[in-house]
Amino acid sequence: MANKNNEAFKQPLWVNNPVLVQILGICSALAVTAQLKPAIVMGLSVTIIVAMSNVIISLLRNTIPNRIRIIIQLVVVAALVTVVSEILKAFAYDVSVQLSVYIGLIITNCILMGRLEAFAMQNGPWASFLDGIGNGLGYAAILVVVAFVRELFGSGTLFGFQVIPQACYEAGYLNNGLMIMPPMALILVGCIIWFHRAKNKDLQEN
Amino acid sequence: MSLRNYIDKIKPNFEEGGKLHAFRSVFEGFETFLYVPNDTAKNGVNIHDSFDSKRMMIMVVIALVPALLFGMYNVGYQHFALAGLLQQATFWNKFWFGFLAVLPRLIVSYVVGLTIEFIVAQWKHEEIQEGYLVSGFIIPLIIPATTPLWILAVAVAFSVIFAKEIFGGTGMNFLNVALITRAFIFFAYPSVITGETVWVVDHAICGLGADIDGMTAATALGTAATTAAAPAFDMNMVWGFIPGSVGETSVIAIALGALLLLYTGIASWKTMLSVFVGGILMALVYNQWGPDNAMAQMPWYEHICLGGFCFGAVFMATDPVTSARTEVGKWIYGLLIGMMAITIRVMNPGYPEGMMLAILLMNCFAPLIDYCVVQRNVNKRLNRINK
Repeated sequence: MANKNNEAFKQPLWVNNPVLVQILGICSALAVTAQLKPAIVMGLSVTIIVAMSNVIISLLRNTIPNRIRIIIQLVVVAALVTVVSEILKAFAYDVSVQLSVYIGLIITNCILMGRLEAFAMQNGPWASFLDGIGNGLGYAAILVVVAFVRELFGSGTLFGFQVIPQACYEAGYLNNGLMIMPPMALILVGCIIWFHRAKNKDLQEN
Repeated sequence: MSLRNYIDKIKPNFEEGGKLHAFRSVFEGFETFLYVPNDTAKNGVNIHDSFDSKRMMIMVVIALVPALLFGMYNVGYQHFALAGLLQQATFWNKFWFGFLAVLPRLIVSYVVGLTIEFIVAQWKHEEIQEGYLVSGFIIPLIIPATTPLWILAVAVAFSVIFAKEIFGGTGMNFLNVALITRAFIFFAYPSVITGETVWVVDHAICGLGADIDGMTAATALGTAATTAAAPAFDMNMVWGFIPGSVGETSVIAIALGALLLLYTGIASWKTMLSVFVGGILMALVYNQWGPDNAMAQMPWYEHICLGGFCFGAVFMATDPVTSARTEVGKWIYGLLIGMMAITIRVMNPGYPEGMMLAILLMNCFAPLIDYCVVQRNVNKRLNRINK
């Protein structure tokens, strides 16, 4: 049993990463990764919401009528998203303005419904909790990597602090404007998937 | 035949077990570049002449030479004109200045692109593909002569990897590699490829020319996009003595290349002609019913002569890999490129050069056009049987 819980946590971090393998949650990965700070906040918010909703649905799983389970799942997720959104507005107003609608749109994040349907409906609360944390962190890790590259080459900063020295700009270096645009996030996610497939040969399609 | 003998002598080094086996693909690339390979098919009957894709690429490069030579001269001409030294500068002054300005870009384009091609070929145990011969030659012609070399290197690397190699190399790319290079620079580093300060070299090179302070020289299209009146048409727009990307200014030099391409049958006259027809049609439409801006009121012959329209129509739209392949499809493909190019110019002042985006857009649609044309034919023939 302990081994299974271990797997539930570890698998989604790399081998069965929700973004890289199941290609879920791409829209928000493109939208919020122009800078590191919003990407990290987004990653953490999703992690917390997936873990909590997984636990709640897992506790309720034997009492939820099968026909209306999607509605129940949505209500739980919506409640949690609203709570997170309000907390962000209260304690991290700048970031919540930057993230604008994307916190609210976590409700529609495919990773959530996917985990609730595929895992929490069949497993106990502790396993579901670990699964939620694992998937959330797997998602957050991709966001952070993409945001790191985009902010470094797109703005020359990390967390808003300038990292590329002024001397480089004086010598003719320019920020890459394409990095700020969503298409480059898609290309970067593509590169990570390329690397991931090269490492996990059994996932390659013919 | 001493070169042939020499190649035969060093060949064993590159074969399996030879000490230079790591450079096998490089050797093979150069050998087939110099001599037509005498490998023959192992089975079946194959009838074809010695005109392989390498000879074809060389023909395109030869067709590009007039545009390159004129472009070099024009780079020097624009520099000396802006410095006010046009009277003192001789023909060779201007040409050498342009030569020295353009040559580093040509070298960077080839070195970066071919290095990636060689590495990929070696890595995948394939032969080197020759497609980059043309792309590498076109790239320096469609950017300003002032583009920083490191930006050019980044853009070339990006487009060779992401527009070509990941799709399987030469012949498999659905987007034009040279245009992706330009588009990358355009979107990633807009300040080096748009505006009024990038089109003319503003500093002396190797003692030639003079340093110019605070120079501005907009392209005619740039002026038309930002001001109320388009510059009046004059013959310099045909000859090419105007600021612009290196190879795109002279209609005459491009026409020479076009004649060679059409004479040898490498470029499709249908695609080429229909691009011009589409552009002219759309320009006339905007003259009549267009919005009230300088770009819309520009006469059709000026639209055709300015910017990258001719260069794009002759060398980019006709790229056999990325264009439509069915005969009817070529007409549709070309017409839509011409119409889109003028539409982008007129409707979006932010992109005075519509040709690049129009060709890239239609590159994406070329397979769909082909599919529809083929399906229409299939359906027509099915109906004939069923009757």
